[in-house]
Formats: sequence, structure tokens, C-alpha cells
Amino acid sequence: MTSGTATTFDLLLALGDDALVMAQRLGGWCTRAPEMEEDVALANIALDQLGAARLLLGYAGEVEGAGRDEDALAFLRTDREYRNALLAELPDEDFAVLTAKLLFFCAFQRLRYARLAGGPDERLAAIAGKAVKESAYHVDHGAQWTVRLGDGTAGSHARMQAAVDEVWPYTHELFDDEPELRAAWLSTVEPVLAGATLSRPADGWAPRGGRDGRHTEALAYLLAEMQVLHRAHPGATW
Amino acid sequence: MPDSREWPLWEVFVRPRRGLSHTHVGSLHAPDAGMALRNARDLYTRRQEGVSIWVVPAAAVTASSPDEKDAFFDPAADKVYRHPTFYVVPEGAPHL
Amino acid sequence: MYGNDLGEPEALAGLAALAGQPAPATDGPAHLLDEVAAAERALAEAGARPAVAPGGPGDDELLAYFDALVEADQKVEPRDWMPDAYRQTLIRQIAQHAHSEIIGMQPEGNWISRAPSLKRKAILLAKVQDEAGHGLYLYAAAETLGVSRDTLVDLLLSGRQKYSSIFNYPTLTWADIGAIGWLVDGAAIVNQVPLCRCSYGPYARAMIRICKEESFHQRQGYEILHTLAHGTGAQKAMAQDAVDRWWYPSLAMFGPPDAESTHSEKSMAWRIKRFSNDELRQRFVDMCVPQAEVLGLTIPDPDLRWDDERGGHAYSQPDYAELFAVIKGDGPCNRQRMAHRRAAHAEGAWVREAAVAYAAKQSAREAVDA
Repeated sequence: MTSGTATTFDLLLALGDDALVMAQRLGGWCTRAPEMEEDVALANIALDQLGAARLLLGYAGEVEGAGRDEDALAFLRTDREYRNALLAELPDEDFAVLTAKLLFFCAFQRLRYARLAGGPDERLAAIAGKAVKESAYHVDHGAQWTVRLGDGTAGSHARMQAAVDEVWPYTHELFDDEPELRAAWLSTVEPVLAGATLSRPADGWAPRGGRDGRHTEALAYLLAEMQVLHRAHPGATW
Repeated sequence: MPDSREWPLWEVFVRPRRGLSHTHVGSLHAPDAGMALRNARDLYTRRQEGVSIWVVPAAAVTASSPDEKDAFFDPAADKVYRHPTFYVVPEGAPHL
Repeated sequence: MYGNDLGEPEALAGLAALAGQPAPATDGPAHLLDEVAAAERALAEAGARPAVAPGGPGDDELLAYFDALVEADQKVEPRDWMPDAYRQTLIRQIAQHAHSEIIGMQPEGNWISRAPSLKRKAILLAKVQDEAGHGLYLYAAAETLGVSRDTLVDLLLSGRQKYSSIFNYPTLTWADIGAIGWLVDGAAIVNQVPLCRCSYGPYARAMIRICKEESFHQRQGYEILHTLAHGTGAQKAMAQDAVDRWWYPSLAMFGPPDAESTHSEKSMAWRIKRFSNDELRQRFVDMCVPQAEVLGLTIPDPDLRWDDERGGHAYSQPDYAELFAVIKGDGPCNRQRMAHRRAAHAEGAWVREAAVAYAAKQSAREAVDA
């Protein structure tokens, strides 16, 4: 259940966790991409997401005022304290699933950042202003691959459709806080699916809970791997 | 012979900023022009702003180099990468 | 390239652990980026000099022209006539350098997901991304010699071409990432900067671009180790353990001792290889000794000492029998590195094919619309 008015800290955490979890998933593709040029492209996106995460979490820690920096927030919270949307944490070892996540999630991030870039918080506006430009590249990348996989071979079409169907239910949660963004999101995403000869799934099951720390089972594994070394040396500097 | 499954080769030209001209910076593989442009941006410009990129299929480039010693002494236009023999790896050759 | 250890069959036959040979005195350590800049200037200046006079038709004249080009430190370019052995040697050397960059992403990529701070995660991701890019620059340079990228990929995946043996060792701790940056990248730089003056234009230009981008890699690894060495007891022990495991394999990256490298002379004459294995190895050791002191870590060689006569450090040789075994395929990670690469390539086939199919459809549509 979502709360009423989110505090700045909650907002920064949600945005930062979205970006961090995306970065962690994308980083896992390094050395595994379908082509070497794609290794470079995905690493670029991962770096963008990680950069945004660091700025957002760093600011979050300052706003909280409890002495937590970006690393304390990233490495010492459990999955019950993470505020990312479920879509970000979905396992994406299938390149089609990764593609669908990039298209759907980054299109959402772009809208979010665009709104915040014009908002009253100057520091957040600066972070968002930089991030929105990067998001445009991420959405474009997702769209390019959606079209090529959807309108490629019969086999790639089937795989891409299956990925879209699998990921679609997790997109509903993205608009729980700002439902008015969904129309703009659909106007980006639907033409891409159409151009890819893919069918846009019907709206139905809508899993949620990420913004309240109730995640899928995948997040605990993701965080366990991410945090293990940092946690093994409490207080150490790296 | 190029494999029909292979992503073709593209030559990349970059103009770092206004006032300069495009220079050849290297090549890459991409399935089509759109991806070639995007890959070139990632690989050869690291997404610097204000940079102009051209990508050209290597097969579309017509070349002539009068001061280079061409084995066929043909100053007429020709392909970019041209060798008298095509590189063939002998089967079973160790450490080749 | 990453290693000179990729070896001719003759050079590798009958290797045994050898005692260190005294090496000729090398130049004092110059700032490496300055050397890259100097190489770049030399490239531009060579081009501005009057062209070597072309001879008439016939193979002897072609060879004479080629030799004159190389002798004058001019660059050989893709459309020049060149001896077939020069071309074959270059294809193999450039390709194996490219393969090394790509495979080298694996031991380092192993710690991206577990980097202990977000800053370190970002730096490591950027480094591994650079390595992918460098591999691609090098494949592009090799392709100018008339071999396709698909062929080169196939040569790697089938095991018919090699990559630097150093990447067949595992990264067991975070400190290994530091050790790789300090030692492996350090050794690579010692190898690579002279290649900026290589006689083949596309390779020299790729190396200049690579060396410029790589200037931060070694420093980052060094900083990791410095932080660990001045951290907790557990961190310091982690750092020392990593150095203990990576020191000798890094020395082996320079390949067998000169006495065993029978095919170097041709490469030297063609200005593909500019310094001998032993010269480069000595340069590397002399570079590392003061750096180790600043780190406060010990190089695991009790016989390491300054030698006035040679003007450098006397040091213990790595175990060349081990190098030979690793090159042959029996290092700790050879099978794993290759399996990983093959799997990525195989699993990505459907994606690559989809892209090709889409491009074909687009061409057909454009033809209809035109």
C-alpha cells in the first residue's frame, strides 16, 4: 500500500534504488552480451544508472541527516528497506527480458526525471536534468532492440513477445504514485511495440509492493551478492 | 566470403566539434545504419556532446591511394582493404 | 600487447626454469603518457616527410620499397604491398592482443557485482567497458589486413589463436583487482607504449588511442592496493596475498627469455616488436620496486636487489614451465574462460540473427519504397 505524501527522503530513496538495482542487473551482462559492441553499450547504460544512483542516494543520506552516505544506504539496508519498483529487480538473463525492461523502465525513468528537472528542489533538479538526457539514450536502446527482436526472425519475435508478456504486469506499479504519467508512458511504449509487430498485453495482474519494501524473492539474492564483501569488513575504507 | 549471418563492417568518421572536418577513427560491426551510428557513438566518442558522426558501409567506400605502393599498379578507384590473397587459416596449424 | 607469451612453437619447446640473465640497461622510466604523445608526434612527422621513392614493377622492387618504408620509420598502410609473413605475423599479433582484451574482461568483471563501494563499482565497470572497446579497436585494425571479424572470433573460440596467459588465473579476492591493475596493466603498458611506434599504421593508431584511454587503469589498481595496504589488518593481508599470487605470472607476461625467443628478429626488423622480452621485463621490475615500497607491500622475491653493474634490479625469473603449461591450456581458468566466451557467443546467436533479419527486411522495404 502506498503512502500519501512521500517525504523527500522517501522519494530520493525510491529513485536511487530504482537506478541502483537497474545498474546491478545491467552490470551482470558484462562479458555476456550477444555481441561485443553490445557489451560496450550495456556497460554505458549501467554506468549512467550507477552514476544517478550515487547522486540520489548521497543526497538522500544528507536529507535524512543520520550520517548515512551512499555506501551505507546501498550496502547496509536489507531488501525490506529497499524502495525500488519490482520491475527493476526482475531477473533478466534472457536478452529479450532485458530489452523489455530497458524499454519500459527507462521510459518511466525519463518521465520521472523530466518532471523533477523542473521541480522546486534545485539539487534534485540538477541531478534529474542530467539523468533525463541519459534516459533518452536508454529508452532508444531498448526501443532499437525491441523492434529488431520483434520484427527479426520468427524465433526472436516469439521470445520478445513472451518477454513483453512476462514483464508487462510489473509496469503498473510504476504509476502508483503519479498515475497521470501513464498516458505519456503508453504514448512512448505502444508505438514501439506496434513497430516491432508485437502485441501490447492486456492490463490485468498488477504486482506491487516495491515502494514499501515488499519485494520479489529475487532482490534478496541480488543484494546478498552486492553486499557480501562490504558487510564482511565493517567500517573498512575501500 | 562474408557470412550472410555476419554484421557488416562500417567505417566511422568523427568531427569532434564545429569548425573541424570529419576524420576517420576506425571501424565497427553493426547490423544496420541505425545501430552503426549508435555503436559508433558509444565506441568512438563515449557520448561526448556536440560530436558529429558519419558511418559508412565499408563496402561502399571507394579508395585510391596514389602514393601507396599498390601491387597491381592500378591508380583507379578500388576497395578499401585489398590484398592479393585472402587470409586463410590452414586447418590444424598450431599457434597460428 | 598484453603478453609476449603467446609464443611460436619453437620458442616454447623445451622450456625449463631458467636463471635470470643480466639485461642491458634500459632508459630511465619516462612518463608513459609523454612517450605516447611522442609516438603520436612521430607518426605525424613521418607522414610529413618526403615519400620514399616508389620503384618499378616486380616483387624485388616491391620488397625494396616496403623495406625502405619501414627503415625510414614511415607507416605501412592497408593498401601497401607487404610480405605475406609480415601480414600473417601482424594479423596474429593484433588478433591475439584483441582476444586478450576481451578475455581479460572476465577476471575483472568477476568483481563488478561485489565491488565493496559504489565508487569502486563504477570505476571497475568503466575499466571493463574500456577493455571491450580496446578489443574492438584492435579487431578493426586486424580487419584492415584482409581478415574478417567473424574469422577472428572463430579462431579464438576454436582455440586456434591465443590470448595472454595471465587471464587464465582466477581473481579470488577484491585485492586481486588491485593487483591486476598495478601489475598486469603495468606490464601491459610497458609492452604497449612501444607499439605506438609499430610500423603498421592502423595498429600504431589503435595503440595510441588505447594507451591514452588506459592511463587511468593502472593508477586505479594501485590506489585499490594502497587503500587496502593502509586499511585494516584483514585488508592488508588480502592485498599482500594478491601480490604474492600475481607477481610471477605478471613477469611471465613478457614471454620466454630472449634466448628462447627464436622468432623475434623478424618482428624487430619489421618494427612490429621494438624491444626484447628481457628488456621489457627488466623495465617492468625496475618500475614496480619503488611502487611496492610506497604501497608498503612486499614483492615475493627474496633475491630481489639493486644491481649496480646492470643498472637495474636483479630478480628471480618466473617459472617458465608453468607459463608453458598455462599456454598449453592447463592453467587454473583456461577452460572456464573459453567456456564462458563460447557460451556468450552461442547464446547470443539468436539476437545477432534477428538483427540481420531485420536489416534485410528494412532494405527490402526501402527498395520497394524507392
